[in-house]
Amino acid sequence: MNDFDFAAVDWGQAFWTIAAAALSSVSCALLGCYLVLRRMSLLGDAISHAILPGIAVAFWFGGTTAALPMFLGAVAVGLLTAALTETLHRAGNVPEDAAMGVVFTSLFALGVVMIARLSAGRIDLDPDCVLYGRIEHVLLETRTVLGREIPLAMFPLGTTLLATALFIGACWKELKIASFDPALATAMGLSAGVVHYLLMGMVAVASVAAFDSVGSVIVVAMLIVPAAAAHLLADRLGPMLAWAAGIAFLSAVLGYLGAVYFNTVVAGMMAIVVGLEFTLAVLLAPRHGLVSRAWHRLDLALRIVSEDIIARLYRAEEGRAEEGRAEESHLAGPSIGQPAGSGGFTAWLGLRRLLRRGDVKRAPDRSLRLTEQGRLAAQSLVRSHRLWEAYLGEHFDLPLDHLHEPAERVEHFIGPQLQERLASELARPGVDPHGKEIPPSDHKS
Amino acid sequence: MIAYNTAVVLAGASLLGASTGLVGSFAVLRRRALLGDALAHAAFPGVCLAFLCLDRRNLPAMLVGALMTGIVGVSLLIGLRRATRVKEDAAIGVVLSVFFGAGLALSRMIQNRSSAGSRAGLDSYIFGSAATMRLAELWLIAGVAAACLAIVLVLYKEFKLVAFDAGFARVQGWPAGRLDLLLMGLIAITVVIGLPAVGAVLIAAMLILPAAAARFWTDRLGVMLVVSAALGATSAAAGTLLSAQYDGLPTGPTIVLVGAAAFLCSALFALRRGALSRSVRQLRFRRRLEEQRLLRTLYEAAEAGRQASGGPQPSPLAPLHRVTHQPANAGRSPALQHAPRPAALRRAVRAGWLTVEPGGYGLSEQGLSRAAHVVRGYRLWRLFLSECADQVGAFGELDVEAVDERLPPGVVSALEARLLAEGRLPATEGERPRVRPS
Amino acid sequence: MTTIPQPEPKTHEPDSAAPPVLDVHDVTVAYHRRPVLWDVDLTIQEPSLIGIVGPNGAGKSTLIKAILGLVPLASGSVAAFGQPIDRQRRRIGYVPQRESVDWDFPVSVLDVVLMGTYGQLGWFRRPGRRQRAWALECLEHVGLADLARQQIGQLSGGQQQRTFLARALAQRADLYFMDEPMAGVDAATEQVIFSLLRELREQGKTVFVVHHDLRTVPEYYEQVVLLNMRLVASGRTETTFTRANLQKTYGGRLDILDDAADALAARERSR
Repeated sequence: MNDFDFAAVDWGQAFWTIAAAALSSVSCALLGCYLVLRRMSLLGDAISHAILPGIAVAFWFGGTTAALPMFLGAVAVGLLTAALTETLHRAGNVPEDAAMGVVFTSLFALGVVMIARLSAGRIDLDPDCVLYGRIEHVLLETRTVLGREIPLAMFPLGTTLLATALFIGACWKELKIASFDPALATAMGLSAGVVHYLLMGMVAVASVAAFDSVGSVIVVAMLIVPAAAAHLLADRLGPMLAWAAGIAFLSAVLGYLGAVYFNTVVAGMMAIVVGLEFTLAVLLAPRHGLVSRAWHRLDLALRIVSEDIIARLYRAEEGRAEEGRAEESHLAGPSIGQPAGSGGFTAWLGLRRLLRRGDVKRAPDRSLRLTEQGRLAAQSLVRSHRLWEAYLGEHFDLPLDHLHEPAERVEHFIGPQLQERLASELARPGVDPHGKEIPPSDHKS
Repeated sequence: MIAYNTAVVLAGASLLGASTGLVGSFAVLRRRALLGDALAHAAFPGVCLAFLCLDRRNLPAMLVGALMTGIVGVSLLIGLRRATRVKEDAAIGVVLSVFFGAGLALSRMIQNRSSAGSRAGLDSYIFGSAATMRLAELWLIAGVAAACLAIVLVLYKEFKLVAFDAGFARVQGWPAGRLDLLLMGLIAITVVIGLPAVGAVLIAAMLILPAAAARFWTDRLGVMLVVSAALGATSAAAGTLLSAQYDGLPTGPTIVLVGAAAFLCSALFALRRGALSRSVRQLRFRRRLEEQRLLRTLYEAAEAGRQASGGPQPSPLAPLHRVTHQPANAGRSPALQHAPRPAALRRAVRAGWLTVEPGGYGLSEQGLSRAAHVVRGYRLWRLFLSECADQVGAFGELDVEAVDERLPPGVVSALEARLLAEGRLPATEGERPRVRPS
Repeated sequence: MTTIPQPEPKTHEPDSAAPPVLDVHDVTVAYHRRPVLWDVDLTIQEPSLIGIVGPNGAGKSTLIKAILGLVPLASGSVAAFGQPIDRQRRRIGYVPQRESVDWDFPVSVLDVVLMGTYGQLGWFRRPGRRQRAWALECLEHVGLADLARQQIGQLSGGQQQRTFLARALAQRADLYFMDEPMAGVDAATEQVIFSLLRELREQGKTVFVVHHDLRTVPEYYEQVVLLNMRLVASGRTETTFTRANLQKTYGGRLDILDDAADALAARERSR
């Protein structure tokens, strides 16, 4: 694999292999979105395993994998899986996950046994094929259309993608409501049960179509992983479907190239690629990713810490003004702004942020001073704090020494609007319950 | 006479079946059935990695590798569920497919680059190859099975508590988290030692099938564990023998199929919880409900008629067609079928409760007597529920005629006295009429 | 507050022979043969604002689901406007419990409200501009128009509940069932919900509300249904929501009764 040479790649083979992989992956990924949203991804897993005996039976009769009976047989078994799981769960009182496990492992075992019996005889369909599919051999059977040789597998795969797109397009609203709120859907007369079985039928169709070329592993991966990643990336159904399709497509392309590079099966490589894509989504998704969440938490912690620092400085200035003392404060170092429970490091980071933004500056003796800009911010904060104290004092029967703490927590989240509402509700008080002056909303007044 | 090889395989498979059955019970009860599946799939790349490191087939190393990636997979799964908006089912699916796919890619890489001789080893971890089981493997399985049995015996009470209600166990001061981890560990180890024999794809079936089947036969954990282990062992043994007997029956899938057959039988025919007895009971329940309502309707109509005419006794021959046009139905929805279904009426006639009258149906002597019992029970229950509204649980299964069995005699006679004072106690002389056995 | 927007008002002529709004006939629901509802017989003749009251586990939600055909009946039958419920689904609105749906679902607030129009549209027809405008109007009515484009997970509990109510308005139903719409919402939202209920009532609609706060029952509802597995009593609030009936519903838990008694007394005084 080290002497890999891109020039040696057979690009015709590459194109058709990627096309076949992409077509099957994208149909699975689109349908998978609904499975993931309905928390039924494992039913997709189950159906894609359980279609095996259906395929085997059709194989028995037809002897070829492209035949219509295979589709019908597999779809029937797929629907049977969904129905059996539900029956076992409802009527047999078997926990849903166990019911699913029972049904699909049994059907899969049946399929494996049937195929093993068949392959012991005359037909060439070995169990490996079940897992990997035969995508490497996609060019073995071709048909000439409009003067071009097109692999035979493209026809069922293309039809399936088209059918999937049509299904989702036609049942867009039904799928949406039955996934979001099945009870309401049924109450409205758009039976969630009917939508469920339509979806499961489509999943079975897509699985069967994909099965022959990419194998059951990829079917499961493509049903679940792109959709799960897309759910992290998108907050609307349309974009989610688009993301899932894009992720599936990319994994087909990169999976093929990776398989050629590492000299391994396309199916396995596609699973690895889609897993990596999923990992990226988990880490880097704009709103729901781990990195952005950690960053938001840190940002909030820093904001609170730095606001606490300037509020302290403001109060210290106030104290000096009251006592009329001209001495400088001995506030120095980051420890002054340290709220209970946060480490010195956050406080230090917060101070750095304040200095960088110019809210605070160091006097020649290294003590901290508010700048004009910092004073305005601090003033607003202290205003929030004292308004809240006044509000609590007015509406709740709390002792005076219990007012500070809640206000200390809430002050960071009171914007100008709420400040205004509090002030007007309290008839613009001049002082808080401790007798401290509530600063005006801006410096002009 | 069984060949030596077959004997080894038979013993190994049975022991494996017994331990997966035992441990699987907890997996099924803790709603972790599919976690076992994810674990098995996630273990597969570990086998390949171990092979890649050692460059030869070494059973212990491969099992350790399998255990490691299996545990990594399950930890990732739990992490995904906790820290992101990915739901449990999707997390299982992601881990399962990605890890297994990675395993496939690794195994093919190995196959493509090393000599043909080492190929056979890896594929057998996918579908299993119980037929090639060696003595060493048998000892390993026996050891793990014995350890599982010992741990479950020692910690039976604790596991029971955790399986039933982990939150409660934690509040009670049990180390529920660690016990849970231990259970997970047992599941992981059994799955991993089963890999070479049954394969990653189907080992989950051996966890789930016996346990789910055993659940149909009993409501008690202890019994369930025994039944599940026994079912696991016998189906594994039967599967092994079958596949040894017939050519082209792979051992792992055959074991699973036998287990599935056992499950199917249990699900259908188990005495109390099986589908057949359930649906029979359900049908009887509905019919009985319908019958009681029919009798009550007729009795109350007769009662109303008596009040109107001032007669002393409810007439046994109040034709039903009049009942359906009682003033009580005025102002109700015309589309509703307030009248009893014809099938219910025919059944009641056959049972001897009703007689066919010109233009309708009437109560027979026997029917009148039973109807009085039904109405008495109905009124006693309603009164009881009004008096003791917080005791609705005492009602149990819905059967108004069982009032004397479910309420203490003192309560019944007090309630009867109240009904009597209001003039609403039906006269029920003598024996309660025989109801068809149900 | 403005009235609920009604682009195409339906006329409901009072008709003496009109079938009852809702007719629940001897409904029994059993779970594994244990009764959840036993012989519930209930007729609502005229449009009204109805509170369903009862202790936890009394089958309040089950009653609604049974009426809507979402749980199987062991016996009995249900009709709305004189016809089986399946033929009247377009005239029926439903507000499920807030926890029953996944708020991570990738839809916007407006999308959710738009779902209210799906029943009227029927299979395969897509909502168009008229439906969107109408949904937005409904959203405006509950004071959430600013949030129309937000993903639903970003809403607060009270806002989520108001979204559900806007969706119910968008259904333009004549008969509504609401499952604990006031559970876990702030006082302001509760007021908004209550005034919406009033408006719906003034437009001649019938609204069933599962309600858990006994103190506010006399203030909010014209009729009550007292439920504890079986129907204890139903009828006008003044005559039905009595101490005796509550005792029959709740049993000996007197602290609850005292709350309710206080509320009743307050209502009497205010007259």
